[in-house]
Amino acid sequence: MPDKSSSHPSRLFHNLIACHECDLLYRVHPLRYGERANCSRCGAALYAKKRDSFEHTIILALTSLMLFTLANVFPFMTFELHGRVQESLLSTGVKEFFERDMWTLGVLVLCASILFPALKILGLLYVLVPLEFNRRPWKAALAFRLVQHFQTWAMMDVYLLGVIVAVVKLADMAILVPGVAIYSFVALIIALAAADSALDQHAVWEKMEEFP
Amino acid sequence: MTGPYPSAARAGLMSCHACHQLSQIPAGPTHGDAICPRCEAHIHLRKPDSLSRTWALLIAAYILYIPANLLPVMTVISFGKGEADTILSGVKELIHAGMLPIALLVFFASITVPVLKLLALTFLLLSVQYKSQWRPRERTKLYRITEVVGRWSMIDIFMISILIALVKLEAVATIEPGPGAISFAAVVILTMFAAMSFDPRLIWDRIEEKA
Ligand SMILES: [Zn+2]
Ligand SMILES: [Zn+2]
Repeated sequence: MPDKSSSHPSRLFHNLIACHECDLLYRVHPLRYGERANCSRCGAALYAKKRDSFEHTIILALTSLMLFTLANVFPFMTFELHGRVQESLLSTGVKEFFERDMWTLGVLVLCASILFPALKILGLLYVLVPLEFNRRPWKAALAFRLVQHFQTWAMMDVYLLGVIVAVVKLADMAILVPGVAIYSFVALIIALAAADSALDQHAVWEKMEEFP
Repeated sequence: MTGPYPSAARAGLMSCHACHQLSQIPAGPTHGDAICPRCEAHIHLRKPDSLSRTWALLIAAYILYIPANLLPVMTVISFGKGEADTILSGVKELIHAGMLPIALLVFFASITVPVLKLLALTFLLLSVQYKSQWRPRERTKLYRITEVVGRWSMIDIFMISILIALVKLEAVATIEPGPGAISFAAVVILTMFAAMSFDPRLIWDRIEEKA
């Protein structure tokens, strides 16, 4: 097989980058670890250099996977009113929407709080782990593009604020006891945010190019 | 211009939206079928039909904004007596309960953010259509904020999902989601899609056309 790295079409403009918000063209300068290049015209972030991006992202994604499992298996919150106890899981709200035939809201909450976070974690691991061992997984480019989409629609942080508002609303009506899942959920939000900031997307695309 | 290089478009290049790889703009009238050599995504010089798509989504959001605020988002039924809540009355209740910080948070996320988002996108669309030269950097920043804050309006929808999961003691208290919740969720999603289909590079294209 001939050496593709020099003739591969994407290598052509490798030292150039266009700002994705104002289209200004820049020559890519090597950065030091922790540095970030911003567009001088519109201020958008252009690229950054992160230390051990692959390892850190993989470790944080594995942590997230474990926390995600805990958050979905254990009770989320217990509601106590007049001696009657009602236990709920993270997914109970979705189930309640479906039982009322409110499919749109059910699907929306399912995607934002459970499905897209899960797909994002699994997608990250699917792409990054083989690349770390110098192998390109099947449909890697498609998978990584999907990961970027799931990022937009995973809204666990917003969901947590929804939990807080709901708790405040019920506070003087009933006794609420937080479950194991709620702590795991908070930790999951933190771990995923850390994974996001550890991830260097350009490094992933560049590594993919090395193994076409 | 400010930068040492021209825009990518002027240099005959277009940037992949998914991985930022540059490619030569293909010759010919259409470049809709171009594929990124690196990530295999479809590449476009600018987001396709950006203005008309954004307008369509935005107008749909404006229309749904009305039932989203007028119809009840949920009904609390306690001891057989039902009480309907709209987005605004939910905030009022929080104020009456003395939960001012939370009331402010919900007011900001559910009322201020959607309104500002609708207005900001309308302003950005008009400014591009009238080839405005006014403060492109600030307008790009406005776009960036609009894109980021939109998702926080979902707080109310998630709150309802948690309430219906917790409060289901048939005889004592139950909570039923209302039609307003569906409209409200639709407004949030439509404005998120509208923000995604707007291309901030159009702001700068208008500046360069004049230069
Ligand atoms: Zn820029
Ligand atoms: Zn690409």
